Amino acid sequence: MKPTNIEDPNYFHKVVDCQWACPAHTDVPRYIRMIAQGRFTDAYMVNRESNIFPGILGRVCDRPCEPACRRNRVEDKSVAICRLKRVAADHRDDITDRLPKIPTKKNGFKIALIGAGCASLAVANDLLPLGYDITIFEALNTTGGLMRTNIPQFRLPPETLDEEIQYILDMGVDLKLNHRINSFNEFLDKQEFDAVFVGTGAPKGKELDLPGRFESNNVHIGIEWLESVAFEHVESIGKKVLIIGVGNTAMDCCRSSLRIGAKEVKVMARKPRGFFKASEWELEDAEEENIEIIVNHSPKAFVVEGHKLVGMLFEEMEYQIDDKGNIDRGKVIREKIIYCDDVILAIGQDNAFPWIERDIGIDFDKWDCPVVDETTMMSSRKGIFFGGDAAFGPKNIIWGVAHGHEAAISIHKYCSKEDLNHRLPPGMNLASQKMGMHEWSFSNDYDESERRLMPHVDLKERFKQLNIEVELGFTLEQTVTEVERCLNCDIQTVFTANLCIECDACIDICPVDCLTITDNDDEDKLRSKLTMPAENTKQDLYVSEALPQTAKVMIKDEDLCVHCSLCAERCPTGAWDMQKSTILLPYAKDELISNVVSKNSNN
Amino acid sequence: MSYIGKPKISHPKATKNSIGLTKRDYEGVVSTLCAGCGHDSVTAAIIQAVFELDIKPHTLGKMSGIGCSSKTPAYFVSQSHGFNSVHGRMPSVTTGANAANRDLTYIGVSGDGDSLSIGMGQFAHVIRRNLNMTYIIENNGVYGLTKGQYSASADIGSKAKKGPANQQKPIDPVSMGIALGATFVARGFSGDKEQLVPLIKAAIRHKGFGLLDIISPCVTFNDNKESTKSYSHVRKFYHQVIDTDFVPPAEEIKAKYKKGEAMPIHLHDGSKIVFRRVDKQYDPTDRAGAYAYLRESIKKQEVTTGLLYIDKECDDMHEIAQTSDCPLSKIPYDELAPGSEELANIMNRFR
Ligand SMILES: Cc1ncc(C[n+]2csc(CCOP(=O)(O)OP(=O)(O)O)c2C)c(N)n1
Ligand code: SF4
Ligand code: SF4
Ligand code: SF4
Ligand SMILES: [Mg+2]
Repeated sequence: MKPTNIEDPNYFHKVVDCQWACPAHTDVPRYIRMIAQGRFTDAYMVNRESNIFPGILGRVCDRPCEPACRRNRVEDKSVAICRLKRVAADHRDDITDRLPKIPTKKNGFKIALIGAGCASLAVANDLLPLGYDITIFEALNTTGGLMRTNIPQFRLPPETLDEEIQYILDMGVDLKLNHRINSFNEFLDKQEFDAVFVGTGAPKGKELDLPGRFESNNVHIGIEWLESVAFEHVESIGKKVLIIGVGNTAMDCCRSSLRIGAKEVKVMARKPRGFFKASEWELEDAEEENIEIIVNHSPKAFVVEGHKLVGMLFEEMEYQIDDKGNIDRGKVIREKIIYCDDVILAIGQDNAFPWIERDIGIDFDKWDCPVVDETTMMSSRKGIFFGGDAAFGPKNIIWGVAHGHEAAISIHKYCSKEDLNHRLPPGMNLASQKMGMHEWSFSNDYDESERRLMPHVDLKERFKQLNIEVELGFTLEQTVTEVERCLNCDIQTVFTANLCIECDACIDICPVDCLTITDNDDEDKLRSKLTMPAENTKQDLYVSEALPQTAKVMIKDEDLCVHCSLCAERCPTGAWDMQKSTILLPYAKDELISNVVSKNSNN
Repeated sequence: MSYIGKPKISHPKATKNSIGLTKRDYEGVVSTLCAGCGHDSVTAAIIQAVFELDIKPHTLGKMSGIGCSSKTPAYFVSQSHGFNSVHGRMPSVTTGANAANRDLTYIGVSGDGDSLSIGMGQFAHVIRRNLNMTYIIENNGVYGLTKGQYSASADIGSKAKKGPANQQKPIDPVSMGIALGATFVARGFSGDKEQLVPLIKAAIRHKGFGLLDIISPCVTFNDNKESTKSYSHVRKFYHQVIDTDFVPPAEEIKAKYKKGEAMPIHLHDGSKIVFRRVDKQYDPTDRAGAYAYLRESIKKQEVTTGLLYIDKECDDMHEIAQTSDCPLSKIPYDELAPGSEELANIMNRFR
C-alpha cells in the first residue's frame, strides 16, 4: 500500500467516527472535553457552530453519531453523545453576547426563505451576520416547522424550541407568519429577492388506501394528527388505538395517544423487530410506557360498522430471513381482526409541492421531487435553492441544518457571482498534546464505566399533562462518568517513520493490538497478516513510509484504537505522537468572496 | 514507564488458548523500564510463548538475579511463582526450587552482567547440572541498571553513549554454553519476535538446560551508532543460520519444506522442533562443528542467530541424581524426614 496521506483532512476526520457520521460534523470529542472541564457555555457554542440547535438536538436528534461511535466496537454501548449535548444546553450561561454581531449596514441582497423550520433557520443564521436581508415566509402562525408540529412537547418543550429559534430571529429576520405561498410563479414574478431558499419540509403523510379507509372519521394521518394535537385542535382519542407503522412518527403517535385518553395502544408492525425504522431508544421509551408492539401484521382492511370504525383486519405474516439478514416477502398464515376505536397511519411522508408550478424552470424527478444538486443545494432554476426534507425527502433535523449551511454558502457565492462549485475544502490543524514525559493534555486512560441511563419522570406522573417532559437530563454525577467514556478520537496517533528504531515497544503495549511492523503488501494481504486481522474494512489502515532500519512499514488499524496514548508514551524516539486534529469546516462566513459582497459595489 | 497502566480493555476478538486464557491474562504489572528497552520486547515474546504453550500460570516459576533484565519477571504472568534473588545467584536458587518441585516450569531471566561477571561460576555449574529450566540472558553489552558500564559481553572497540570504547575481550555466552556442554543453545534478538517466540517455546519444552542468549538493546546507554549492541548494528550484521518452528504435541507439521531442507527433532513431551537450514553448512546437532562455526562468525562480526546446538538425549539433574518422580514438595513430611533413628542408620552405611 502507499503511505497514508495524513494531510488529507478526511483521513483523520474519518477516525473521529461520531463527527464523520454527523451530517453537520459537530466536533463531539471537543465539546465533551469542555463539559468535563465544566465549560458548559463553551461546549454549547462548539455545538452551535455546527448544529445550531444544541438544546433541541440534545433531546430529539436522530443521532447518527451514536451508532458510529467507536465505543460500540470496543465494548457494546456508545457514548451518550446526544445526552451530553443536552447537558451543555441545560447548564449554559447566557450566550447572547457570544452570538455573531449583525452589521447595521446591509449588503443590499434580499433573500427569501420559505418555511420557518430548521433548514431555513440555518440559512438565516449563516447569512444574517454577512449583512444579508432575510425574510422568512411561514404558512402557520408559528415557527419551527416539523420540530414544533410533529415532535410532541413531552419530548421537546416549547420553551427550548422558542429560545433557540429566537437567537436567530433576533439577528434581524423579517418573519412573515400566516403567509402561505400558493403560487411560486407569482411569488418569483415579483422579483423582490436575489435568491430564494425552499425549506418547506415533507409535509404530507402517506395514505393507506384500503377498503373502509374513508367510511369513518376515526382514521388519522400521523403527522397531521400530531400537528392537531400540538395546536390543541385535537384533545382526545378513543380508548383503544392502533398505530400502523413502526417509525419514529409512530412512536410519537402512540405516546401522544396515551396522554389524551387512550388506554390500550398497539403499534402494528408488518415485519419482525430488527426491521423497524424507529430508533432503538424511541422503541424503548414507548415500551417503557406499556405500548405493545405487535410484529408480522400486515393491514388489509378497515372494519367499519355503520359509520363507526370498530377494528382493523390484518394478515398475519411469516418471513424467512437468510444468513445475510435479508428478509423475504413473507407468506400469509391467517387473517385476524384487531378491535379498536381509532387508527393512526404512520407509514411515512412524501414531499408535497402543489404550490410550485411545473413550468417555471424547476425540474422534478419521477417521484415528483425537485432535482437538487447535492453539493450546492441549487435547483435547476438558478437562484432557487432547496434544503431539509424539501430537498431529498424526509430525513431529519440535523440533515436540515447541514443543508442550510451548504445552501448559505451557495447563496453567498451566487450573490457575488462566484462559481457555486468552487467551495472551500475542509482544512485541518494538528497539534501535539504532550505536556510532559507521561502527561497529556487530555484524560487518556480508558474508563471502563458503562453507559449512563437517562432518568425519566415517574410513569404515573408523566401522563398527567401532555407537556410534561419525560427525560430529566443527566445529573452531574452521571455527566462526570459519561464524559470519561469518550475515547477522544480526535486526538490522533501521528507517526514519523524516520524516527522509528523498530524496538516494538508500541506494538507490545497497545491494549487492543492495533499496531504491526511488517513487509508492505497490498491492502487485502496486509489486513490479514496484522497482529490482529483487520476485518472491519470500513476503517482505514494507516500505513507508514518505509522504516529506516529494515524498510518494513508500520501499520495501524484505526478500527479499535482507544487513544490511550501508550504507544506514544512507550516510544523512545517520539516516532508516535498524540496530536489533536481540528477539522476546519468552511461556513458561509469563511468563504473569501473575491468581489466585495455588496449589491451596490457589485453593479 | 507510564503513569497509567495498560487499560483492561482488549481486542474483542482476542483468541483464547486451550485453557481458556487470553494473551492478556499472561501479562504482569506495567513495565518500569526505559521506553524502548529491548527487555520489554523479550517480555512480550515470553508472554506470547507461554500463552501459546497453554501453560497454567500457577505452574510457572519465574527466577531472576539483579539488573534491568532481572526486573522483568514482574512484567509477565502475574499469577505465577517468582523469586527475584541476589546478583548472579539465580542459578543456585533455581536449582533449589527445581530440586524441591520438579513439576514447575522454570524460566530464569538474567543479564549479561548478572550471568557473565558476578554470576559466572553459578552459570557454568547450572549448565553442568543440566538443570531443567529455560535460561534467558538479555544481552545488551552493559550494566543497564547501574547506568551503562561495559559488561563482559561488550565487543572490543564498541562504544557506549558515554566514555571511551571497550578494550577487553568479550565473553560470548553462546560459545561458552556449547563449550561447557549446554544441551540447548540458541541466540535471538529482541527485535525479531518471529524467530524469538518459537525459540522460547522450544527452550521451555526442552528437557534440560535451555540457554537463550537474546541480544536486547539498552536504548538509554548503548543504542548509539558506535555500539555493536544497538538495534541498527544488530540488524545490519544479523545472520540467521537456522529457521526454527515449534510444533506442539497434538499438531501435525504444517509448513512445507523442500526435501532435505527440513529436519524435525522430536522432544520428550511429543512436541517437535522443525529446523530449516538457512545456512546450508550449519548442523545444530554437531557440537564441534557448531563451535567452530561460531568462532568463524565472530571474526566476521556476524550476529549468528537461531537454534545453534541441541542434544536432547542428555539426562537432566533429576535423572542424574535418580530423585523421586514425585516432587519432594509433595511428599508428606514424615516420609521426607524419616526421623533421627533412620538418619543414624543411613550414616552408619558410610562408616
Ligand atoms: C552483589 C552486587 N554487586 C553489584 C551490584 C550492582 N549491580 C546492580 S545491577 C548490576 C549489573 C546488571 O547488569 P545486567 O545483568 O547486564 O543487567 P541489565 O541492567 O543490563 O539488564 C550491578 C553490577 C549489586 N546489585 N549487587
Ligand atoms: S493510542 Fe496507541 S496504544 Fe493506545 S490503543 Fe491507540 S494505537 Fe494502541
Ligand atoms: S516504540 Fe517508537 S521506535 Fe519503537 S517501534 Fe514503536 S514507533 Fe518505532
Ligand atoms: S537502562 Fe537500558 S537496560 Fe535498563 S531499562 Fe533502560 S534501556 Fe533497558
Ligand atoms: Mg546488561
